[in-house]
Amino acid sequence: MAAISSWGRLGRWEHEVQALTGQEHIIRQLKNGRPGIAHGMGRSYGDVCLNPNGILWDTTKLDHFIRFDENTGRLHCEAGVLLRDIQRLFIPRGWILPVTPGTQFITVGGAIANDVHGKNHHVSGSFGDHIRQLTLIRSDSPPISCGPGLEPDWFAATVGGFGLTGIITEAEIQLRRVPGPWLATETLPYNSLAEFFSLADASETGWEHTVSWLDCLHSKSVRGLFMRGNPTPLALSHGPSSRKLAMPFVPPVSLVNPLSLPVLNTGYFHLKKRDSGQRLVQYEAFFYPLDNLLDWNRMYGPKGFFQYQSVVPRPVGFDAVQAMLKEIAKSGEGSFLAVLKTFGDRKPVGMMSFPQPGVTLALDFPNQGQRTHKLFGKLDAIVREAGGRIYLAKDARMPRDLFIAGYPRLSEFLQYRDPGMSSALSRRLIGE
Amino acid sequence: MPDTIKSIAIIGATSAIAEHCARLWVKDSAVNLVLVGRNLAKTEKVAADLRVRSPQSTIRSLAGDFIDPLAIRQLVANITSEGSPDIVLIAHGSLPDQIQCQQDLSANHEALAINGVSPVLFAEAFISPMQQANHGTLAIIGSVAGDRGRKSNYVYGAAKGLVTRYAQGLQHRLAKTQVKVVLVKPGPTDTPMTAQLKQQGGKLANVEDVAQAIVKGIGQGKPVVYTPAKWALIMMAIRHLPRMLFNKLDI
Ligand SMILES: Cc1cc2nc3c(=O)[nH]c(=O)nc-3n(C[C@H](O)[C@H](O)[C@H](O)COP(=O)(O)OP(=O)(O)OC[C@H]3O[C@@H](n4cnc5c(N)ncnc54)[C@H](O)[C@@H]3O)c2cc1C
Ligand SMILES: NC(=O)c1ccc[n+]([C@@H]2O[C@H](COP(=O)([O-])OP(=O)(O)OC[C@H]3O[C@@H](n4cnc5c(N)ncnc54)[C@H](OP(=O)(O)O)[C@@H]3O)[C@@H](O)[C@H]2O)c1
Repeated sequence: MAAISSWGRLGRWEHEVQALTGQEHIIRQLKNGRPGIAHGMGRSYGDVCLNPNGILWDTTKLDHFIRFDENTGRLHCEAGVLLRDIQRLFIPRGWILPVTPGTQFITVGGAIANDVHGKNHHVSGSFGDHIRQLTLIRSDSPPISCGPGLEPDWFAATVGGFGLTGIITEAEIQLRRVPGPWLATETLPYNSLAEFFSLADASETGWEHTVSWLDCLHSKSVRGLFMRGNPTPLALSHGPSSRKLAMPFVPPVSLVNPLSLPVLNTGYFHLKKRDSGQRLVQYEAFFYPLDNLLDWNRMYGPKGFFQYQSVVPRPVGFDAVQAMLKEIAKSGEGSFLAVLKTFGDRKPVGMMSFPQPGVTLALDFPNQGQRTHKLFGKLDAIVREAGGRIYLAKDARMPRDLFIAGYPRLSEFLQYRDPGMSSALSRRLIGE
Repeated sequence: MPDTIKSIAIIGATSAIAEHCARLWVKDSAVNLVLVGRNLAKTEKVAADLRVRSPQSTIRSLAGDFIDPLAIRQLVANITSEGSPDIVLIAHGSLPDQIQCQQDLSANHEALAINGVSPVLFAEAFISPMQQANHGTLAIIGSVAGDRGRKSNYVYGAAKGLVTRYAQGLQHRLAKTQVKVVLVKPGPTDTPMTAQLKQQGGKLANVEDVAQAIVKGIGQGKPVVYTPAKWALIMMAIRHLPRMLFNKLDI
């Protein structure tokens, strides 16, 4: 047994960790009778990748590339390959992952199972939009190959299926042409939600990547920084910085607390505001700003932290976001690194995919027990009312009724569930 | 250009440690790589991965017998027929169940053969053509476990101890030549071999870091590479611990 936690570090739980290697081996491992759940890099914040006192199937040794076609950009690889390795290998050859989340330390399998999104949803959708085929090994049937044109129902269930349809062992990903590792970016400060929405709308055409960082503590009004970027053939002379800072220990209390937060947020705001205007930025700095601060999740101390990420439909987006920010300000529970961004008007690939047309707000909160949960209850009410949903990759606490309301294709999805797969999240929200 | 392309042979090429060394070798330049494993399909999977990483490299996979001395001689002759390699890495090994080895002499024999005799026969077979060419680096993976026998794994440790003495002998023999012999001694590392240890919550080194140290040590022709480096100190302490104290340790 080994003690495992997820990215939020809300606790450490004993797991029987079994490494997955070759296909035949996996088939045997899944047949041993006890349910388990796939675990990639454990970069999910909550309990979607955990199974306390049960089996975790560690997929990170399934890390082989299988085939790459330089002419079409089609990459076939095992599901434990890291996005980092794909980017490092293929960007210099003129190909890039069409969708990437804010960290590259995740596996292809984890990216499919949570159908992750990046800063370019309005242009490129989510990760699952670029999967041409995948192989699924289940405990109760022979392996299944599926894709958008092959067993499309299995595919739609598995993309965003948070590990419950079986173990993804291989995938074929369509990479996208890219002129080089640099992006031409622009950072614009904004001083109201209305200003954010008009920047977001104005950037939908002409900008591939858009995201914004929001200071939700600033009491007078909302302020933030809107960032947008496009790949560019231009280049600066220096390569990616390999300098990494690490959080060397877990502080006894959260370093993010009501005293430090205004200072952190104001400091960050001014630091970043200095960089306003147009700049060339290397892809790692642009896509993965936090990856250079290894183990930054430790700064929340031994009790860990929650991320609350919701998406609400666009017509009610303004009001809902404003209402959430108001509740947060009222509660005095601040959030460092609040991210606000719009999703494009696209149909999600997976039955249980998180992205839907609208606006998504992601907030980190140190775990303060009851106080934090009380605030979440208020935010839940706003999300429920707005017809939104909460992202499973980040969740450790949402009530079941909100899950059912937010994911209307749940009962259809459950027909594809592998009875051999069970996670702390599935038991909490589905009951088994 | 062609004469700058390195030729590298890896025995036990499906080992996680060896595989990560290969990934580093193909990263910066094209190489000429021969991979040897006991299972062709598994070796070919490693080769396919490396071909994606480095389309400009030439990568060949071979299946071989790891026990039969004649087969080993022949396999190595085949590999060296086109020239003696710049780098040879002998990586195979398996962590046996100590208690089983005490009770079942066949298991014991098998563990000694695959961890001790087999790697040194490969080393002996490669070293002559290398000596003749007066060129190249031969690296062989031993283990910190070979530094002092302990009750929890002395069968494996003894086999690795054989590798240690053999490497020393080769280093002595080749001291006046350009051929380098590198003895690698990893500490517990996160690979399929230590899956059991990991399940018990043991702390294991990252295989990418271990491979990095090995590739660097081979590049420098270091006689001994402990990796992670802290094991050099730990093992020095353990080797020198008086027997009275050592025998009290439950290790
Ligand atoms: C700093 C940071 C920034 C982030 N930014 C974003 C972002 O911008 N957008 C976004 O969408 N997400 C973001 N995330 C969340 C992260 O991308 C997802 O949680 C991702 O799924 C993690 O992948 P993983 O490999 O760590 O998988 P894990 O967290 O280990 O597992 C995630 C889920 O995938 C399943 N799974 C993993 N491998 C397999 C497999 N082979 N077969 C079947 N199921 C499998 C698991 O069972 C689990 O349900 C961020 C996370 C961090 C830490
Ligand atoms: N991991 C550690 O903690 C650690 C510590 C010290 C030393 N080492 C040494 O490092 C080397 C590499 O090990 P690793 O950690 O990379 O382990 P690994 O990934 O499990 O690799 C073991 C390798 O040995 C091969 N092998 C095992 N038994 C064999 C047999 N009977 N005949 C032929 N080949 C056999 C395996 O072939 P298949 O793939 O076909 O099974 C595989 O190539 C070994 O010499 C090991 O003793 C490892």
